[in-house]
Formats: sequence, C-alpha cells, structure tokens
Amino acid sequence: MSLIRVSALTYTYPGAGRPALTDVSLTVEPGEFVVLAGLSGSGKSTLLRAVSGLVPHFHGGSFAGNVVVDGRDSREHGPGELAESVGSLFQDPETQIVLGTPRAELAFAAENRGWSAAEVARAVEETALALAIEGLLDRPVHELSGGELQRVALGATLAARPALVCLDEPTSQLDPVAGDELIGLLRRLNEDGDTAVLLAEHRLERCLAAADRVVAMDGGRVAFDGAAERFLVWALRAAPALVTPGARLLAGLELPPAPGVKRARATLRTAGLAPAPDAGSLLGPGDPKRFPRRVQGEAALRVKGVWHEVKDGPAILRGIDLAVAPGERVALMGRNGAGKSTLLRHAAGLMEPTRGRVEAAGRVALLLQNPTDYLVHESVREEVGQGALTRVGLSGLTDRHPRDLSGGEKQRLALAIVLGDPGADATPAVLCLDEPTRGMDRAAKDALVGLLGELGIAVIVATHDPEFAAAFAQRVVLLADGRVIADGRTSEVLSGGTYFATETARILGGAGGVLLPADGVALLRGSDVEVPV
Amino acid sequence: MIYHRRASPLHAARAAAAIAWCVALGVAALVVSNPVVLGAVALSVAAAGLLAGAGRELRRSLLWSVPLWFTIAAINALVSREGLTVIWRFGDLPLLGQTNITLEATVVGAVNGLRAVVLVLIGTLYSVAVDPDEVLRLFRRFSFSSALSATIATRIMPVLVRDSRRLAEAQRCRPGDPPGRAQLLRATTAGVLDRALDIAATLEVRGYGSARQRARGRPHRHTPWSRHDIGFAVSAAVVLALAVLARVSGWEQFTGYPLLRAPAGARTVGVAVVLLGAALAPFLDRRGIER
Repeated sequence: MSLIRVSALTYTYPGAGRPALTDVSLTVEPGEFVVLAGLSGSGKSTLLRAVSGLVPHFHGGSFAGNVVVDGRDSREHGPGELAESVGSLFQDPETQIVLGTPRAELAFAAENRGWSAAEVARAVEETALALAIEGLLDRPVHELSGGELQRVALGATLAARPALVCLDEPTSQLDPVAGDELIGLLRRLNEDGDTAVLLAEHRLERCLAAADRVVAMDGGRVAFDGAAERFLVWALRAAPALVTPGARLLAGLELPPAPGVKRARATLRTAGLAPAPDAGSLLGPGDPKRFPRRVQGEAALRVKGVWHEVKDGPAILRGIDLAVAPGERVALMGRNGAGKSTLLRHAAGLMEPTRGRVEAAGRVALLLQNPTDYLVHESVREEVGQGALTRVGLSGLTDRHPRDLSGGEKQRLALAIVLGDPGADATPAVLCLDEPTRGMDRAAKDALVGLLGELGIAVIVATHDPEFAAAFAQRVVLLADGRVIADGRTSEVLSGGTYFATETARILGGAGGVLLPADGVALLRGSDVEVPV
Repeated sequence: MIYHRRASPLHAARAAAAIAWCVALGVAALVVSNPVVLGAVALSVAAAGLLAGAGRELRRSLLWSVPLWFTIAAINALVSREGLTVIWRFGDLPLLGQTNITLEATVVGAVNGLRAVVLVLIGTLYSVAVDPDEVLRLFRRFSFSSALSATIATRIMPVLVRDSRRLAEAQRCRPGDPPGRAQLLRATTAGVLDRALDIAATLEVRGYGSARQRARGRPHRHTPWSRHDIGFAVSAAVVLALAVLARVSGWEQFTGYPLLRAPAGARTVGVAVVLLGAALAPFLDRRGIER
C-alpha cells in the first residue's frame, strides 16, 4: 500500500482566482525520498499542505479529488489525525516553535500521540542526539538563532517518528554547512529509519543526489515524475530554470546529466574529461595585483577595526577591517552567527561599534532579510516615488497593495524604498542586502543579479548561496566567529572549499578557479575562459 | 519577564505545586491588612525571589511598581475624607474642594499600595519561575480550547515583539521622513493574524487536535511527587490556612478609620514569623534542584 496516494487533486484557496493545484495525481511509497521541484508559485507548498491535511481543513477553499495518507483519507481525517503518520516542517522556524524550551517542543508531538512519559523522554533524547541539539534542550527558545530554531523545529517534526516527513524549503535559512548536514541527516533517517521524505527545495543541487525520485510542479500541475537522472534530462529540455549547475556543466560537454558531485565527477572521468590537478588558474598565477584587496583612493565604505561586543555576552565582530571600492560587488559569506548581518547593520549605521569606526562616501542603503518589513502603506505609489519604481521595474504596479505583491515584487519594492527616489533622495554610495535570495527560485535570482549589476554602485550582499555569489560578486569576504577568514576574488574563495563552493567548483575540484558551468565547459574543452570579474 | 529554568527548589517543583504556592501568597496578600503580617508576605516574596535566582527580575519589577505604590498612597490621601488625625491642610483645591491630608488615609493608602506591589512581585516570580509549558499541559486537561488560546497567545507575543523590532529597524533604513506611528501600528497589527494562523497550523500538524480525542478516553497518568512538589504544596496549604485563620480570628487586626489601629502584639508577630517560615521552608531543601 502506498504511503501517500493523491488522486486527481484540484484545489483553490478561498478567494483565489485560479487553482493552486490542478488534477494532481501521485503516489509515494514507504521509505521513498522524493524531491518536489518547481519555481515559486508552482504549487509545491500547497501539495505539502494537502498531504499534511492543512488543505482543506485549515485553509478552507475548494477541494476536489482525494489525498490518502497511510490509509487515511484527508477528507475524513484532519491534520491532527494525519499527524500520526506525517511530520511537517515549514519555512519560517519562528512560527514552528510553540513551546518555551526545545525539550518541551520535542516532547510535544509524542505527548499528543499519547506516548508514556518514558517513551517521550527517550524520543526526546534520541532525536536531540541525532540532530546534535542536546546542548540546546533546556535553553529558552527566544535565545536560539534562526538556524538553531530550524533544527529544533525539525527535531519536533521527527521526534514522534512519523512514517513520512514533509519539508518545505527547510534549508532556506541555513548556511551551506548546516544545509548539507540537514540533507545528509534526512538521507540517514530515510535509510536507517525507513522514513519517507517529501522535500520541496529550490536549491536542487543540494538534494538531488539524495533523492530516489523527483516530482516537478509547474503551474499547479505535475510536469514530471521520475528518477533524478531522468528529471535532469527532462529539465534540460523543458524547464531550464530547474537544471542544476552540475547538469549544465555536463550538458555543455554533451555528456548525460548526473545528480550530485560524486556522480558528475565519475561521468567526467569516464569521458576522459577530468580536470588535470595542475589546471591553470583563471586568475593568472602569482598575479595578486590583478585583484587588490586594499582599496586605493577613496572607498565607498571603509570599516576600520570594528568590534561589536554584547554586554554580558559574546563578541559578535572582532576587529573587522574591510574596504569596498565604488561600484564593487562583494558577497559576504559565513555560517549562521558568523556576524554577517551585524556587519551590514554597522555599515548602515543601525548599530554603533563598541570599538573601531565605519566611514562611508555617502548614504548606505540596507535591505534587511524580510522585505515585507518595509511595506507600511496602502499602495505601492505611497511607498516610494515613480522614479524609484521605474528603476526596479515596478512602474506598472502603482495602485496595487504592497502586501498583495509576489515575493519577488515585494523585494524589488523594498529595494526601491531603500535606494530612494532618484529625484528626491541622494543616490546611496553603498547598497547592502541581507540574504536577499532566501526562498527565491533561480529565475528570480538571475533577475536580481541583473538588477544589482545595473545599479552601478557598491553592493554588499550577505548570502548563504554560493551559486548566487558566484553569479553576482567580484569579491567574496568569508566571516567566521566575527573575523574575516578569507577575502579575495570570487573565483579564489569559492573554488577552494567544500561548503562555500559552487557545485561546478566542487565537481572540478577547484581546478582553474572555475565557478560557473559555462567556464567549466570552456576549461575542460581547453578554450579561452573569460575571468568572471 | 520570561521563564528561564534555574537551579532552585521553586523551579524544580511541578507547575501545580508552584502555582498553588504563588496563589497562596497572593491570597495572603489580599486577605491580611496588618502592616506587620503584610510586610511578612512581602518579605517572603522578596526572599523567595532571591532564593529562586530571580532577584534581578524582582528588582526590575520593584523599580516600576514603587511609583505605583506612591501613586496609590497619594491618591488615597487626597481623596479619602475619612480619618481624624490631620497632618496637612491644603485648604480649597480645584475639583477636590476642602482637602485635608490625614494620617489614617495616608497609612491606608500605603498599605493598599504595598499590597499592589506584593501582588506585582508574586506575578513576576510566577512568570520567571513557573514553566509555562507545564502550565499549559496542566490546563489542557481541564479546558482544551483555553489551553490552545493560551499557547497561541504565549507564542505570538515574542513573535510579535521580534516582528515589531524588525519593522522598526527596517523603517530606520528608509531615506527621507519616516512613516507615521499609525502606519507602523497598522503594519504591525496586519501581521498578527497571519502569524497566529502560522502558529495554529504548527499546532495542528503536531497533532494537538488529536490529543483532545485521546485525552477524553484516557485516564490521567500520575507521576510521582518530588520532595519539592510536596514541600511547596504543604507550604501553600500552611500559608493559606494561616492567612485565613489570622483574618478570621483577628490575630492580624488593622483598622484604618477613623483612627489607626494596627496592633503588633505577640500573636500578630507570631503569625508573621510563622507565615514567613512556612513560605520559605521549601527553599531550604536544595537537593535535586538542577535539571
């Protein structure tokens, strides 16, 4: 018997003009690892909510077809009953935590299932050990970081050992290390515990290697359902925005696409295209002058020995020195809690350094993580002037309510707000963005790269996304524990590691400092490669 | 004023016992009026706060409740027409008319103010020392929907506080004039329903709804009472009984008007000492307080 059987499901949210899901049919077998792929708005989250019973019981709306989970029809059994078989984890960890400590949170689902105190205690301990959160168990949840909250929320989902786990972009708030750890953990649970996994994710390069199957959604319909290799073949033809960088690299070499770094390397080796260990660097070896890290002349932003020390708490920044030249595009990377957001807040003057100083050649604009926080008026027109809207391509939406815009449109509007009206406000010398690609699909990321490139001012982006950093930045600054641990050309920093590296760089083992598939193709074919500066 | 697990006997006690102890002290503060006995209740709460590691929180509460104390005392002194011992003559005042401050009205106001301060401190102690998750679990047995509402309310507050901080920070990033307070308030409240729905959805997918059906058909499991559970339950019973007995028997007399009468004889002092001892006795046993 299938664990999930979705039959001809068509669902429309209350008040929506068109269905979020149309005639969706699929099955998931016990112990399967299924990745849900698709652009934003394709219906992935709605399908997960249908499997957990929130659609239609919680959201209402019009529901046709059937969803049967572990033998229970969701028409007759609500989310509370389906929770015996399904654990669900959504995007925002802050609203996924309902109790005061991780220990209570992990115990909650098991208690609701009527387990004995001893069984609950054992489930809490085992889950905490598996997720390495045993040290957090008795800390108040309000003291936890976003990444820690996400792990606790995942623990709360897994503690009652559901037969199926549904996850909606669980890595969107996590740094690359934690994101990879999470996917590895899911794979281990899937293999050792026979837990079926249904995972919606935009960064497919992270999870395709772990997947038994991929279901691609498009406009609320299932556009593809099959193995990961077949998915990549299909996506190269029908949905280029869903193709992973590794698959693009292999396709450029006219090789069959393969999910994951290991299999892509094996494909290259089989084809006799593995890069030589001494493949030349795109940077020009021993030519540091081509990339001066010290900005000569007037900098757009200069951070001098900045410390941020919390009273009765830790030092978040420890003597940061950083200079950004006018027009330079810098990616700020590092693990959750490394100090990226704090550094951006200091740059924008939202925080005062406890030591050191920040100098800017003009206004520093800062776009924080949640663009909705900027939207306080009743129409787009009231938020910002026409000139600013034109600059970000929103001039046709002036009468819309800001909260009715799509995620990408909200972000562009917030960007217009912080940049200011060209006619009324001074153009900022520096634009800082904190995690702007969180929850974005590739098409939206590409659009953002284009938009930022057109601004012509210094841009600093704190990001966990190496692919975005490789496409956008000329320079990457890597932070750890409040210190700069690497500062260099993008191709230097992002080609040398495992976690803070693009998939192409990982496949090629950092050869030639290549980060992007097109450059990888050129390198392996021995053609001239343009250095991405 | 957020619960934080600390190594103290009060934190180690189960929520039911800790709540009973807080309620007993609250009832004592409400029923006794003699300044000596009320002072003993106040002293019990302050000492308990220190012994529970909540001294900082209690001091903070005291700082903002002392003005409340003075306000209550001042208002009572100004508006009360009772009392015979005039200590200040204001003469004719606008709105208040002929105004004389009497010793009796001032002392009665001060006692009522002290009562209010003690209740605030008990509330603070409850907030920082009684695990809200356990309280919700406890009340879920009696009223499922109330516990559900309380869970959402408990979680929505910190979420909204963080939301409003983020909103304020985002507005500081806007060039030009910042938006008005009304717009900010509207933007903050616009998110409340969405946030509450998100939390409610999380409760649903964690099986909160199915727990109700199970709770109906299942006998309650008893977990053994620890030394701290027993200590605070017994302390609560003694404090409550003593306060009621003192009130009924007249051992803690206090008459405010027309002339002050607040005897501080051996019985009254005895009640105060026993109450103080009974309230603080459970704190002496510090075995097994660390989780």
